[in-house]
Amino acid sequence: MKSRHKRLVLVGGGLVAVIAAVALVLSAFRQNLVFFFTPTQVVAKEAPTGRSFRIGGLVETGSVQRDAGGVTVRFVVTDTAHEIPVVFSGPLPDLFREGKGVVADGKLDTEGVFRASQVLAKHDENYMPPEAQHAVDQAQKAAQTVKP
Amino acid sequence: MNGAAGGRSALADHNNDGLSMSGQGKLLYRFASPQAFYPLAGALWPWFAAAAMVLGMAGLYIGFLVAPTDAQQGDAYRIIFIHVPAAWMSMFIYIIMAAWAGLGLVLNTRLSSMMASALAPTGAMFTFVALWTGALWGKPTWGAWWVWDARLTSELLLLFLYLGFMALHGAIDDPRRADKAAAVIALVGVVNVPIIYFSVQWWNTLHQGASVSMTAAPKMARIMLWGMLVMALSFWGYAIAATLVRVRSIILERERHSEWVARLRAA
Repeated sequence: MKSRHKRLVLVGGGLVAVIAAVALVLSAFRQNLVFFFTPTQVVAKEAPTGRSFRIGGLVETGSVQRDAGGVTVRFVVTDTAHEIPVVFSGPLPDLFREGKGVVADGKLDTEGVFRASQVLAKHDENYMPPEAQHAVDQAQKAAQTVKP
Repeated sequence: MNGAAGGRSALADHNNDGLSMSGQGKLLYRFASPQAFYPLAGALWPWFAAAAMVLGMAGLYIGFLVAPTDAQQGDAYRIIFIHVPAAWMSMFIYIIMAAWAGLGLVLNTRLSSMMASALAPTGAMFTFVALWTGALWGKPTWGAWWVWDARLTSELLLLFLYLGFMALHGAIDDPRRADKAAAVIALVGVVNVPIIYFSVQWWNTLHQGASVSMTAAPKMARIMLWGMLVMALSFWGYAIAATLVRVRSIILERERHSEWVARLRAA
């Protein structure tokens, strides 16, 4: 065996070993690598209790209520299967919209209300001009009225 | 091909002999010699630099003046024309760098390791640009400059891998030993690249998924996609030109005791 081939085997073998090690570590940490928990996971008690965590989902359409002072906001986060009510006092990101993605950091209180200390907007990977979005919205509305 | 290499170390001469003995790939191997590659790189880099300039201006024109605003994000999305091509380059350059470094480790070819060293600063720069523009984009859209989600964290790790590669290479005085040690970092770090790319699929992240992929139709308006692809081509041109210029200085520095560099200096 030439020394060149020996080195190739060593480098290749080392690389395979490292990849295997990383794959094992990643599968072991799978749960801890999630940035947020979905409402379904929270209902299934998979989210940590007693310490703060993040929930993510869509802001339910029509659920956003501002208190009289205008500082405190209540809304519902849904993954279309389950809902979690959220209370938050503070500035909301510009992209916070009903029907759009949101990630909130905070704690569940005893009544099952999520008291958020930070709210982040999660936008999707679709980019289109406003006219195209309008056309898509019209088409969806039309499809909904036809269905029943 | 290396008749004039009188001043080279015994190790280097041994390597070149080993390469020229295997006859089938003569043309490929001719440019594996730093002496032969030096003028080739000098002839090529201005073309790539010019392409980068022209495509960059076209891409910025499309991105900032032709492409429409986004229905969700308004004008804030326009940073995508820099952010996404820079992020692509940061991952792609790492793979190329690791391939060169690995080739240098296995075949003991000096030019391969020099190419790896020449690529590292450009890759680190694109990684920094991706992180920086990402922060500028995250604040107005997500509401945070930085979050520790899987995508952002693994991209930050990529920056540290580039910096670690350069630091380790710089810390060892003997360039051949430095090549070998740094190559190990480069190769080990390769596992991070698929983690960056697939992080948004494997885990819940704040970062959105890919708009453009090999397997699905692009999820963006066509003119926006064009702007992004032209910018990506421009970044390619820049990366190649910068690497060729840098590898020329590395060749000159590391071959400074050889006869051909002395002749070059005299001329």
